[in-house]
Amino acid sequence: MAGDRKRGGTGAVADALDGAWTAAMGLTEPPMRALQRAIGAARMPWAFLAPNLAFFGLFVFLPLLIDVWFSLTGGPRLFPSQRPYVGADQYRHLLACGNYLDPSTCDQDRFWRAVRNTAEFTLFQVGAIVVVSLATAIALNRRIVAKGFFRAVFFFPVLLSPVVVALVWKWILQRDGLLNAVLGAAGFGKTLFFVSPGWAMFWAIFVSVWAHMGFYTLILLAGLQAIPADLYEAAEMDRTPPWRAFARITLPLLAPSLLVVAVLALIKAVQIFDEVFVLTGGGPGSATLMVVQYIYETGFSGVVQDFGLAAAASVALGVALFGLTLAQLRLSRGKEGAT
Amino acid sequence: MASVSLGGIEKSYGDVAVIHGVDIEIADGEFVALVGPSGCGKSTLLRLIAGLEPITAGEMRIDGERVNEKGAAERGLAMVFQSYALYPHMSVRKNISFGLENQRLPREEIARRVARAASTLRLEDYLERKPRALSGGQRQRVAIGRAIVRDPKVLLFDEPLSNLDAELRVATRREIAALHAEIGGTMIYVTHDQVEAMTLADRIVVLRAGRVEQAGAPLELYNRPANLFVAGFIGSPKMNLLPAKAVAANAAATSLALGGDVLRDLPLAAPGIAAGADVVVGVRPEHVRIVAPGRGDFDGSIAFSERLGAGGFAYVDVEGAPQVTVQEDGQAIRPRGARVGLALAREGLHLFDPAGPALARSAAGA
Amino acid sequence: MNKALAFALRRRGRGWHWTDVLTYAYLSFGVLLMFGPVLWLALSSFKTPAALAEFPPTLLPWAPQTVTLPGDTARYPLVTAKGADGATVTMALKRRIGLVAILVDPKDPSKALHVPADSTRPVRRLRLAFENYVDPLKSFDFPRYLWNSVFVTLVATLITLLINSMAAYALAIYEFKGRGLVTLLVMASLMAPITIILVPAYLVVNELGLVNSLWGVILPGAATPTGVFLLRQYMLTMPRDLVEAARMDLASEWRIYWRIVMPLSAPALAVLAIFSVMWRWNDFLWPLVTLTTSDHFTLQLALNSFQGELQVRWNYLLAMTVVTLLPVAIVFAFLQRFIASGIATTGMK
Repeated sequence: MAGDRKRGGTGAVADALDGAWTAAMGLTEPPMRALQRAIGAARMPWAFLAPNLAFFGLFVFLPLLIDVWFSLTGGPRLFPSQRPYVGADQYRHLLACGNYLDPSTCDQDRFWRAVRNTAEFTLFQVGAIVVVSLATAIALNRRIVAKGFFRAVFFFPVLLSPVVVALVWKWILQRDGLLNAVLGAAGFGKTLFFVSPGWAMFWAIFVSVWAHMGFYTLILLAGLQAIPADLYEAAEMDRTPPWRAFARITLPLLAPSLLVVAVLALIKAVQIFDEVFVLTGGGPGSATLMVVQYIYETGFSGVVQDFGLAAAASVALGVALFGLTLAQLRLSRGKEGAT
Repeated sequence: MASVSLGGIEKSYGDVAVIHGVDIEIADGEFVALVGPSGCGKSTLLRLIAGLEPITAGEMRIDGERVNEKGAAERGLAMVFQSYALYPHMSVRKNISFGLENQRLPREEIARRVARAASTLRLEDYLERKPRALSGGQRQRVAIGRAIVRDPKVLLFDEPLSNLDAELRVATRREIAALHAEIGGTMIYVTHDQVEAMTLADRIVVLRAGRVEQAGAPLELYNRPANLFVAGFIGSPKMNLLPAKAVAANAAATSLALGGDVLRDLPLAAPGIAAGADVVVGVRPEHVRIVAPGRGDFDGSIAFSERLGAGGFAYVDVEGAPQVTVQEDGQAIRPRGARVGLALAREGLHLFDPAGPALARSAAGA
Repeated sequence: MNKALAFALRRRGRGWHWTDVLTYAYLSFGVLLMFGPVLWLALSSFKTPAALAEFPPTLLPWAPQTVTLPGDTARYPLVTAKGADGATVTMALKRRIGLVAILVDPKDPSKALHVPADSTRPVRRLRLAFENYVDPLKSFDFPRYLWNSVFVTLVATLITLLINSMAAYALAIYEFKGRGLVTLLVMASLMAPITIILVPAYLVVNELGLVNSLWGVILPGAATPTGVFLLRQYMLTMPRDLVEAARMDLASEWRIYWRIVMPLSAPALAVLAIFSVMWRWNDFLWPLVTLTTSDHFTLQLALNSFQGELQVRWNYLLAMTVVTLLPVAIVFAFLQRFIASGIATTGMK
């Protein structure tokens, strides 16, 4: 058509896409039309749902059920019916401990170390994320130049893969890396960050905050922008000092967003695996071993693959996550109710 | 083109019944308007006919064939939506040809039919445009073009003019009338505007609360409203409906007490009315005349009057009765508060039971 | 320039407040901290192994310069040293014997000079070691990892878009018995992230014979609850009249989905496509479990396995890392605003 040709390059691309789209339609429609004739239009929604539901069933709901069965059975076999029922043995094995504050007295000392490490990681990582994201969101919400640029700078690590994030920092933190060079210039000796348990945990937390804070900053920024500006103008008219405006206006009105951020970060932190695994490998020793890494190693990469124990740990993690998710749903519903 | 037959059609949503047994026979080539106030079920009825919603009870036939179980896509009808529902991502040409492509017609046939519809509706210059680049009237014509291009058995209109401004509405009304004259198909037209229904339809079906109040030719509804509701709904300005009491009635004449006056021997044949029964007298504005005080059937004072040039309306307050609207010729200006007499033309009287049904009407007007 | 800066930084009405200074200081530090590490990685990826081994490291990829000597195919490093007359000379370092370096004139190898080894300084010039990028393409399975990642990302995203939009269409357009239950089921699947069903999901994939196959990576994550909800929310805002008009136009339900609802959902589909590409390109734990031999590795797995080797070849590892983050960087550069608003409105990552 002459009119189409006039539209030029983008028009040609659009036409090509349109052509491909129509061609795909031509291929897919005849069977679907036959299906509609066979089952009637009223049952078509089930036909549309079928693939998605099949995937959910096969890869989510079925595994959830098997997860519980695995955790109640023992032995090295993978196929569920070949596994002998052992009752709560796996859980007993997993949870048995002489003194819960001292992992070395536990049956599964690595599990308890992982739990303790994950708790420590979660506590500091979530705390740091809330503080840093809030500070950044407030800075970005001020009247500044190049706002878009600064926002992009803080946000872009969110898109990087955990492996890349870990490698970026591993390269900086290695023995002859940039950080040691900078510290050397300042008169410090070389530090082997991944050999010291304290430093390894610190950098695991730091890197994870670095990678994810941008996401939470965006949520808080949206929350800040939703606060009506006239509240601040009214406060200014009343000669309210800025810190008081912050404490009395910003914080209370931002509280729902802060809670959402805290809970979302919590749910993510409890499941931490990739960055820390690539950055430290869980080491030194088991200083940065996390629960998911424990599950992975117990079920897959260990010398002996213990699916039952891994499943029991998974179920325990699932219960914790379920609680956190319920809390999040309640909080977000409360937020909707308030607005 | 086809005939449509609705027999005892009912529709409920859960426990809520919205259509209570509707019977309508629509002949091949007829233009039928479904009118009624909002919430009367007219749009629901149209959607039931279209097949967009399942019928709860009753039977619907198109050309004698039962279609209850058929979906919208199988009934072979076409519809012009109130919102036009043009596909925003398709050009006008694509919008019009979409239904033809769904029928898998040959390409040349599609092109020929689109060209014909476009020329009928003067859309040739806009075929490559997207709907958002069109004016309201043009969109309306595309919506009609999309409906007529398939030569549907029945063409359904759901309040097609309600999104247009007043001037365009009159123009488009004429175009739809011309279209019906030209293609002559069966058309079912839903509107809340009785003027549209009067001017367009061969037959009007007045609906209220999911029931048919009256069906008939426009002038029949105007001249012989079957009940108070139709009397009040059809006609603009509305018929004057004046509560009265029967004084005496026989097979030839009726005497009524209206306000403080008694109107004797009106030519209304209502033998069944007992003396003292409540009735309602209906009289259209053109059947009321202003005369000197005391010379008419009763007196009143001018509340206000509207002069439209070639004629006008006077609104007269009457003691013990609702305000009476009077249609007048000429340009005489009625001062506010002036005492006047009102004479009811004997040939334009309707008598209703206050519960609704018409009891009698004077001979004229049919 | 200063005027432009002053103009850009002018404060409306008031002068500079200390909080403004603090804000800009914080943001500048942020730029350094967020952007610096990635920039450092990119710069390092162009250094030769020798330059990478230097401590303290240089900012830019300086490489020692080498020359050939007449009648000899080997390359010798070019160094500067103080000649006997005290003048600085630039010569080739032929050989070191103990603490003595034997230097020769590249043009005339017969002119030799013996100087203390520690008095020589290598002559360096800026050189981008593109071989870090080219070598892995030739000698490793790098193209295969790249292809595996691209394949997984594209195919998984296409499947996700298709089946999620089908489900969303069913939940948004139709009213049918069981809709509430299905919506609840989809929501419930949010509660089961891969981390807690790792073992049984592996079992299912194993039984399907998909272990160590890219399909085993693609299929389990194809149905996403977030995707279904995102698309359903968008489709709910679409006028119902359009669907009904299409039905009156004799379109089959599939045709309505394909020709009317899908094209009109393009913005939401684009958001989901971007997220899906990100999820799949960056995916790590599930591929780590399912893919057992390196010929099926995705880029992320390959990077992980390289960095775990005893002798980490950092020059290649850094270059591969840059290649891995490049698509994300490009997507980000073009769609930053789009992604940010998508996250702000959906709260998903």
